[in-house]
Amino acid sequence: MSVELLNFIETVLNGLMSGIMYSLVALGFVLIFKASGVFNFAQGVFALFAALTLVGFQTGQVPFSHLINELFGTKFHHWYPEIHSFLAIFLTILTMIVLAWIIERLVLKHLVNQEPIILFMATIGLAFVLEGVGDLMWGSDVKVLDVGIPSGGSVWLENATIGLASEGSEYYGMYIDVLNVWATVIAVFLVTALAIFSQYTKTGRALRAVADDHQAALSVGISLRTIWVFVWAMSGFIAMVAGIMWGTESGVQFSLSLIALKALPVLILGGFTSIPGAIIGGLLIGVGEKLAEIYIGGLLDIGAIENWFAYFMALVFLLFRPQGLFGDKIIERV
Amino acid sequence: MSLEKIQNISYGKNVIELKNISLSFGGVQALTDVSFEVKRGEVFAIIGPNGAGKSSMLNVINGFYKPTSGKINFAGQERSQMEPEFAAKSGIARTFQNIALFKGMSTLDNLMTGRLLKQKQNLFMQALYYGPAEKEESFHREQVEKVIDFLDLQMIRRTPVGSLPYGLQKRVELGRALAMEPEILLLDEPMAGMNVEEKQDMSRFVLTANHELKTTIVLIEHDMSVVMDISDRIVVLDYGKKIGSGKPQEIRNDKAVIDAYLGITDE
Repeated sequence: MSVELLNFIETVLNGLMSGIMYSLVALGFVLIFKASGVFNFAQGVFALFAALTLVGFQTGQVPFSHLINELFGTKFHHWYPEIHSFLAIFLTILTMIVLAWIIERLVLKHLVNQEPIILFMATIGLAFVLEGVGDLMWGSDVKVLDVGIPSGGSVWLENATIGLASEGSEYYGMYIDVLNVWATVIAVFLVTALAIFSQYTKTGRALRAVADDHQAALSVGISLRTIWVFVWAMSGFIAMVAGIMWGTESGVQFSLSLIALKALPVLILGGFTSIPGAIIGGLLIGVGEKLAEIYIGGLLDIGAIENWFAYFMALVFLLFRPQGLFGDKIIERV
Repeated sequence: MSLEKIQNISYGKNVIELKNISLSFGGVQALTDVSFEVKRGEVFAIIGPNGAGKSSMLNVINGFYKPTSGKINFAGQERSQMEPEFAAKSGIARTFQNIALFKGMSTLDNLMTGRLLKQKQNLFMQALYYGPAEKEESFHREQVEKVIDFLDLQMIRRTPVGSLPYGLQKRVELGRALAMEPEILLLDEPMAGMNVEEKQDMSRFVLTANHELKTTIVLIEHDMSVVMDISDRIVVLDYGKKIGSGKPQEIRNDKAVIDAYLGITDE
């Protein structure tokens, strides 16, 4: 094989892998949008908050320690040495469930039947509040997140591919981050679990019912509020998974909340209401980005194309297929 | 617990009493001082011209609307409003004027949502689809199959309901309500837009549910011949006010009712 072909394969593979990371974020958006018609702008902050909380629990940080120390002159910082990642993840899941319940109580409950734009504005407010609470609770310094997921280049793949290039060419093997491979495995597992859950359980059925028609769902005795807490908790859980992946890769910092913006083009490609759409949209964006960076960038001799290429793709899609690849068709009658 | 209360009411006694119900949206008065009662086991019809407040009345009964004033005595207990979830749990099922089905789901899944309140197994057992959960699921499938047989829905069991013709959608919606094994069935124009045969089928389904399952029926319908045929008692609304009530024969000869429908004649 020629080095060019191998490089191309490597680019596509890397694109697919980083695309999965976008899909993980987009998945949380889709869940909430399907069940309540709300575009949850706070999804990125959800991921940040979950990652912060996870690190906090793991390292035994005292929540609100800065605030408490300031007010009462105490010197709290940590109340126990490091605990096992699984326990910390479990505690974080509990926190996200409580958070979903609080959001339903304080925000959603009061905005039932309001215009979508009002709910959207509410989630923007929620994003800022949650970011502030996260800061107060756990501090604003960049944290290292390590739950034991291996990361770094795969030596195995490098060794396996090094001999593939044709004789005499300089080729050092493919590079793929093991973390991304794990992200892929976890995403596949999550989506399968979601599919089984929504097809075969009564809660799944109730969830699909609510997504389809609120009034009809109420008339068969489904409690909208329970379903909403459930959905928000679930997307809180997915945000945590995304937060773990992104946090492991680049540290837990407040810019993590900006990954929500990366999910937008994914949603425009895949459609706001489709779970497979979120996955495939993410993959397409990931691959498109990487290919554009290497090939278009190389051709025009400009860099950092991958920073904006996703939005460009989304724009093209909006022009020709505004409902996305898998979204519900928009049919207008006159 | 609340379900037992309806069952404590003997047939022919009042199961729902609406007392001086008024309902307004902003400045619009949808219902004014409407009172009537529904007896257990009867077919009760609400009729009136368009915009008379019939659907609003059903929405008050199942809790979608909260009356501005007035009381609802439901199964012997007086309350100022109902809640949709409570109504469903107490055995009130309903259909809608503009069909409200889960369009993306199959007929079977739509009917299965009617069984949600009766399913007790928890999430994890269900996800594993194991043991008791499996047994429960197949029990509810059997119950749903009975409804499918009753309403002749065998052919469209797996079809997404969004793609079905209007008459069949109405039938699936009735099926979902029946799958709940309701004590009281609220039907909002179940025969609107149907041809004569479909109307006959629908009347037969409604009457069978009433006779054999002893389900109390409250229905809104515009087709007078159907209403006069199948109802035991009728209440007539016009501009949100009650203008008459009684047996079909009495309604047929009621002057106020005739005026409302045909316009007041000069004498």
